[in-house]
Amino acid sequence: MSQSVLPPALTGRYYDLHEHDHPEGGSTMLGFWIYLMSDCLIFAMLFAAFGVLGGNLAAGPGPKDLFDLPLVALNTSMLLFSSITYGFAMLAMQRGQKGQTQLWLLITGLFGAAFLGIELYEFSHLIHEGATPQRSAFLSSFFTLVGTHGLHVTFGLVWLTVLMVQVGQRGLIAANKRRLMCLSLFWHFLDVVWIGVFTFVYLMGMLR
Amino acid sequence: MTPAEPHWSFLLGRLGPDAIPTEPIVLATFAVVALGGVALLAALTWFRLWGYLWKEWFTSVDHKKIGIMYMVLGLVMFLRGFADALMMRIQQAIAFNGSEGYLNAHHYDQIFTAHGVIMIFFVAMPFVTGLMNYVVPLQIGARDVSFPFLNNFSFWMTASGAALVMASLFVGEFAQTGWLAYPPLSGLAYSPNVGVDYYIWSLQIAGVGTTLSGINLIATIVKMRAPGMTMMRMPVFTWTSLCTNVLIVASFPVLTAVLVLLSLDRYVGTNFFTNDFGGSPMMYVNLIWIWGHPEVYILILPIFGVFSEITSTFSGKRLFGYSSMVYATVVITILSYLVWLHHFFTMGSGASVNSFFGITTMVISIPTGAKMFNWLFTMYRARIRFDLPMMWTVAFMLTFVIGGMTGVMLAVPPADFVLHNSLFLIAHFHNVIIGGVVFGVFAAINYWWPKAFGFRLEPFWGKVSFWCWVVGFWMAFTPLYVMGLMGVTRRMRVFDDPSLQIWFQIAAAGAFLIALGIVAMLIQYTVSILRRDELRDETGDPWNARTLEWSTSSPPPAYNFAFTPIVHDLDAWEDMKRAGVARPVDGFRPIHMPKNTGAGVILAGISAVCGFALIWHIWWLAVASFGALLITAIAHTFNYRRDFHIPAETVAETEATRARQLAALEGASA
Repeated sequence: MSQSVLPPALTGRYYDLHEHDHPEGGSTMLGFWIYLMSDCLIFAMLFAAFGVLGGNLAAGPGPKDLFDLPLVALNTSMLLFSSITYGFAMLAMQRGQKGQTQLWLLITGLFGAAFLGIELYEFSHLIHEGATPQRSAFLSSFFTLVGTHGLHVTFGLVWLTVLMVQVGQRGLIAANKRRLMCLSLFWHFLDVVWIGVFTFVYLMGMLR
Repeated sequence: MTPAEPHWSFLLGRLGPDAIPTEPIVLATFAVVALGGVALLAALTWFRLWGYLWKEWFTSVDHKKIGIMYMVLGLVMFLRGFADALMMRIQQAIAFNGSEGYLNAHHYDQIFTAHGVIMIFFVAMPFVTGLMNYVVPLQIGARDVSFPFLNNFSFWMTASGAALVMASLFVGEFAQTGWLAYPPLSGLAYSPNVGVDYYIWSLQIAGVGTTLSGINLIATIVKMRAPGMTMMRMPVFTWTSLCTNVLIVASFPVLTAVLVLLSLDRYVGTNFFTNDFGGSPMMYVNLIWIWGHPEVYILILPIFGVFSEITSTFSGKRLFGYSSMVYATVVITILSYLVWLHHFFTMGSGASVNSFFGITTMVISIPTGAKMFNWLFTMYRARIRFDLPMMWTVAFMLTFVIGGMTGVMLAVPPADFVLHNSLFLIAHFHNVIIGGVVFGVFAAINYWWPKAFGFRLEPFWGKVSFWCWVVGFWMAFTPLYVMGLMGVTRRMRVFDDPSLQIWFQIAAAGAFLIALGIVAMLIQYTVSILRRDELRDETGDPWNARTLEWSTSSPPPAYNFAFTPIVHDLDAWEDMKRAGVARPVDGFRPIHMPKNTGAGVILAGISAVCGFALIWHIWWLAVASFGALLITAIAHTFNYRRDFHIPAETVAETEATRARQLAALEGASA
């Protein structure tokens, strides 16, 4: 049985003889989406912890004593606006406008920074009033859930800055577009998580 | 808070001369390990192997090399974890009639904790991940995983976690809490020292690696299958790997989150799991088992896949009930999330809750039983070849069924109230983990070794190892079932009732028999490597197997397949052999491959330093290493040139060598 005797047609049926390079990063969006889902589970755990411990005030201050809804509303609007502006950045990217993309990224970053600033102000205010994470299980879970979200936004800002530099250096090449898409998913994901925080922690906290 | 402790300095944190253990056993171990380590480093330097290791292995993004590195890590840690087991067995066999044994409580408690942590996280997980890494891309006809750099990084994160656990043996101490570190015992009030911090950070660092590797393999299986390989044409091992990686991604974040909460309690002084200020220790137990139960299925599912491949290959038949096997795997995947509470029926959650979790637990035995019958029906009226992989498979089937049945016993809440935390439980889970995962890993090593290295494993020492293991296992754990039914609890260091001693002595004898099995296994590997020319397999398909990994050479070239195979049937390679498909001998094209990178080693190394700094409260180093981590990661993203082409001539040359080998074999057999 020698190999050359066999019909080459069969070989062509069982092997891809005219294969081309696969486009780079074909799995990236799927992979990043799965990563986001794993991150979502971390938030799910923190929400669950808040759900279990949120009522355990240990004779300390509760949501009604602490939350300043107008401030949180302002904060929320900052994050929501940043999502819209990120959307504009993506539209500009699709049109291939490098400058526009970077401008919208910058605006997104500013909104994100404003969100973080307000959150830090809120935290420092709470701590100043004695409502520290150590005071009660409610405050432990509150600070951890909201703080973890804030930490994500911080990393998002670092990532956004790096991408602005990289887009500046290399333009809107395929790799950079893919990275912008990933950050877009990440950024909107944080928005969705924040809607959960706003609803379950702040609004429902005021109703408790 | 913590900086106010007695021994804390800015430069070294809690690290001081008292961190070096003074117990003679630990010191002797340290001396042996240090001498061995120095000898190893010296040998590597003397033989000028550093450059080779760095270029060909440490920085490699080749899934095959990473898979082998996982297996080596698992094997090394297995020896450590088994040493712990042997020490416990000896202690319990002699600590009677007023004797304290030879281990004090401080040391003994660390040993049983380290044994559990190491065996699950740094033995079973690397073994299973290593197998999936090596085999899955080959089985689906791919050239690598979806994210090759991430794969390398994942491995080194796991290795960094293992390094931290090993460091705890000689610098400071390990947790004395049991392998899941339940609070309040693991809280600051009862475990003020570094032990639990070693536990937390080694698992966090390794956990990052595990989660990323899970994401990577899901994307690989979903996106990179060869043309024609529909979901229902995937080999069973690939299916079980897919389900396992879904479980990893859907459960390890839970572990990450719960350990973060525990570390906040310990580092910041929050009140998640404390007894006062509204904390709830039982929430920790719930959360960690929401990870912990899927975890045991993460370990066993790929092994079910291994046994499916082996049964079908060595029976020379298509697997009986392929689709039912797939559905059973998926059902187990889903059910594994609905049973976590059976680990603590005694919590007191009431009859309805306990009934729910008892019933879901018993329901899992149905798909598992279906698998067992599928293997049996595959073997039924087959001409079975009893090579080592098949021997391990039969041993698994006999052993695992009994472990499964004692599991169903424990799933009955009233029975569990009696058996909870008894040696019966210990016997049960060793029965399924050793009888399932460990036997399965040995079956897999014997099965795929010829693929990875191009020569078979020598069967004589393999059989010696097999019999020592199987007999040793039953000798070591049957007494534990008996004593568990008599009410003896786990984690005891000394015993009052002299009538129990004989059982512990039998168990210790069993452990020594297992030790012989391990020695025989190491001899098997050594003898096989020395006699590799006699054991050489040039066909690439020594078992007459059925899946695509056997269609390429052994070991496979860096690019796995010169031409991507097209799949027309389940058991694609068997289909190709039956059709008499010829290997393509010309028309080779350049192959697009990922480039090696040192970024994974560096990032994981910095992570280990950061973990060490956090454990010892060396804050400046923690901040500095975290900053370095961030900067290195960002710097890595500025590297856009991550791929290259293997030139068509190189491919042609490699394939021509293989064609000559095959022609010589045919000439010899004609």
